Amino acid sequence: MSSESAVVVDDVSKRFRLYSERNQSLKAALMRHGRARYEEFWAVREVSLEIKQGATYGLVGENGSGKSTLLKCIAKILRPDRGTIRTTGKLAALLELGSGFHPELSGRENVFLNGSILGLSKRELTSRFDEIVGFAGLEQFIDQPVKNYSSGMYVRLGFSVAINVDPDVLLVDEVLAVGDAVFQRRCQEKFSEFRRAGKTVVVVSHAMETVRTMCDEVAWLEHGRLLRTGRPDEVVDAYVDEGREDREVSSEQAESRWGSGEVRLSAVQLIGPAGQPTTHVRTGDPVTIRLHYLARKRIAQPVFGLAMESLEGVYVWAHNTRDAQWVPDAIEGTGSVDLTIDRLMLQPGTFDLTASVVTYDTTHAYDFLRRCLRFDVDHGTPRESGGLVALGGRWGFSPPTVLVVAATETTDGTS
Amino acid sequence: MSQLPATADAPRRTASELRGFRELLVNLTLREVRGKYKRTVLGQGWSLLNPVAAMLIFTAVFGLLLRIKVPAGSPSGVDIFALWLVCGLLPWNFLTSAMTGGMGALVGNANLIKKVYFPREVLVAATVLSWDVSFAFELGVLAAALMIFGAFVLPWLPVAAVFVVLLTAFALGLGLALSVANVYFRDTTHFMNILLQIWFYATPVVYPMSYVTEAARKLDQKGFRPFGHHFPLEFIYRLNPMERFVNCFRATLYDNRWPALADSLYAAAAAAASLLIGYAVFRRYEGRLAEEL
Ligand SMILES: Nc1ncnc2c1ncn2[C@@H]1O[C@H](COP(=O)(O)OP(=O)(O)OP(=O)(O)O)[C@@H](O)[C@H]1O
Ligand SMILES: [Mg+2]
Repeated sequence: MSSESAVVVDDVSKRFRLYSERNQSLKAALMRHGRARYEEFWAVREVSLEIKQGATYGLVGENGSGKSTLLKCIAKILRPDRGTIRTTGKLAALLELGSGFHPELSGRENVFLNGSILGLSKRELTSRFDEIVGFAGLEQFIDQPVKNYSSGMYVRLGFSVAINVDPDVLLVDEVLAVGDAVFQRRCQEKFSEFRRAGKTVVVVSHAMETVRTMCDEVAWLEHGRLLRTGRPDEVVDAYVDEGREDREVSSEQAESRWGSGEVRLSAVQLIGPAGQPTTHVRTGDPVTIRLHYLARKRIAQPVFGLAMESLEGVYVWAHNTRDAQWVPDAIEGTGSVDLTIDRLMLQPGTFDLTASVVTYDTTHAYDFLRRCLRFDVDHGTPRESGGLVALGGRWGFSPPTVLVVAATETTDGTS
Repeated sequence: MSQLPATADAPRRTASELRGFRELLVNLTLREVRGKYKRTVLGQGWSLLNPVAAMLIFTAVFGLLLRIKVPAGSPSGVDIFALWLVCGLLPWNFLTSAMTGGMGALVGNANLIKKVYFPREVLVAATVLSWDVSFAFELGVLAAALMIFGAFVLPWLPVAAVFVVLLTAFALGLGLALSVANVYFRDTTHFMNILLQIWFYATPVVYPMSYVTEAARKLDQKGFRPFGHHFPLEFIYRLNPMERFVNCFRATLYDNRWPALADSLYAAAAAAASLLIGYAVFRRYEGRLAEEL
């Protein structure tokens, strides 16, 4: 426990009671000689972590993994059943905003009320009042009762008060997604300002890209336990890898299927670098797409084809055996054909494969499976900024000689 | 800055927390007061209408129909049933409002408790204090009425104020304990409503103590002696702290004299005990408030 840590969570466990019958009545209790029966449920188990001052710390994990519970323990809203939490400095939590508002009171009255709940004195509030209202952009409405506010206005005011409390440690649970675009940008700016001022921020988020770019360190919770902590790219990658739902490796369930059926595609598989069928690969991986077929009779010169779409329906790529000038003379019985790809140059995302087997003149389909295999691509090498495809480009300064030569030539030409 | 451990035990309140506490208490009390009558036609007037209505009903039933005899104020000389009644009714009304209000303070502010950390007892205290504002307002009007009917009540108001403080502490202690009970058992309110009705008639608000003395004497005469002893009806009756509080308020406001020392001490002791026990119960059970709400 070094002195420069803002939050030290030491072996914290938090237990909830799950009531089998939620009958909170004194009458029932008296008749049953005790309170309602309940089962115990550990939402956070033996978690220890240390958050350095000035760090932006991310908490990731699937739904119900205990992130909010841990955050509430840090914020002292919940009291841990085991272990201790030490925090240094003033704490503010943005769990759900504007909840301290009294609907009948005006925005102005509520700012003072909410501010004092968050620990500001009347004097501090008076001096910051204009800033608070300005940041929320509610100058016109500040004397209206807040029950007449739109939900976005409500949230803006709450956020504005909380952020102006000027805490040393800010706990944020999934609030980056509220408000309109302008307000969101303002919030992001405020967060950067916060970080520059050396304040500690703890964020819970499912927006993995935000976590990856914003955080200095990330902790991954699963079923209330701390699975690992570390650099954001490592932890987030591991988390995203793990969190992929296992798709059916070879899909019989095409979105739609048609064709005369003399040849049927019995399975479409994506073979990953490990040599096993998978639905989850990385940018730059060597992969093989395998089409298993069953030809009921001898078929001459069949053409196998593959096409790929992004999840949004953008047509990414297609290729068939005729264009590749690889057409078998004939097939009969069962077999499979492979398309080998040395480096899968796709950016992270989810893609759908469409597979077909058609006649040589491509006018007649034996079998056509639309969107028969869905797979995910994760960050790999090369790692590029965005889009659908990775081109593997490299940045560098332009060679100076070229520039000089070009310049001399022009001068020569004119003189 | 301070190191605040949050453990399974109730955390200590730090100095900076306590400083913020007062500011927050004032603000929350103002919120309650403003919220209570805002956007009603009569505004603060509602605070008077209820006791006036109660006064009219009780005066009609107990003063005119049942002809309950009350002693004239001595030395004030005032002899009006309605005023005598209100001197006991206002403290009683304050107790019930403050206590039931305090009882609902945690459940009513559930979303606040689940989202922000602050000392939760402030919520109960603010509700009780907001009823103090109404109480003071009502007492002011009562004092004016007493003056009109000849009681020189002004010098006694500071003494009454002391009892207002004691009664507030008494109500706060009950409110604190009941507020957590109400979180765990949502039907506490229903039980309290029944209890309060019994308590009301067990307190000399609409009839004077002399009726109880009379009843005890008659019981004795009829030979009601359980276990061969004189039945201690008066003694049991006087265990009720509200009986003492009502006596003290009547003595200062209606009679304009010092209340009995025993009554004052009993009231003070009841207030202290209520506050200590109430707060202990509150601290004992507040740890799981956010998840039980
Ligand atoms: N007050 C409560 N009473 C009982 N169980 C609770 C309570 N609050 C949370 N839980 C349980 O604790 C577990 C963890 O919940 P928590 O809200 O911390 O998850 P989370 O990681 O924040 O999930 P999400 O990503 O959906 O926000 C869940 O199984 C939830 O059902
Ligand atoms: Mg959550």
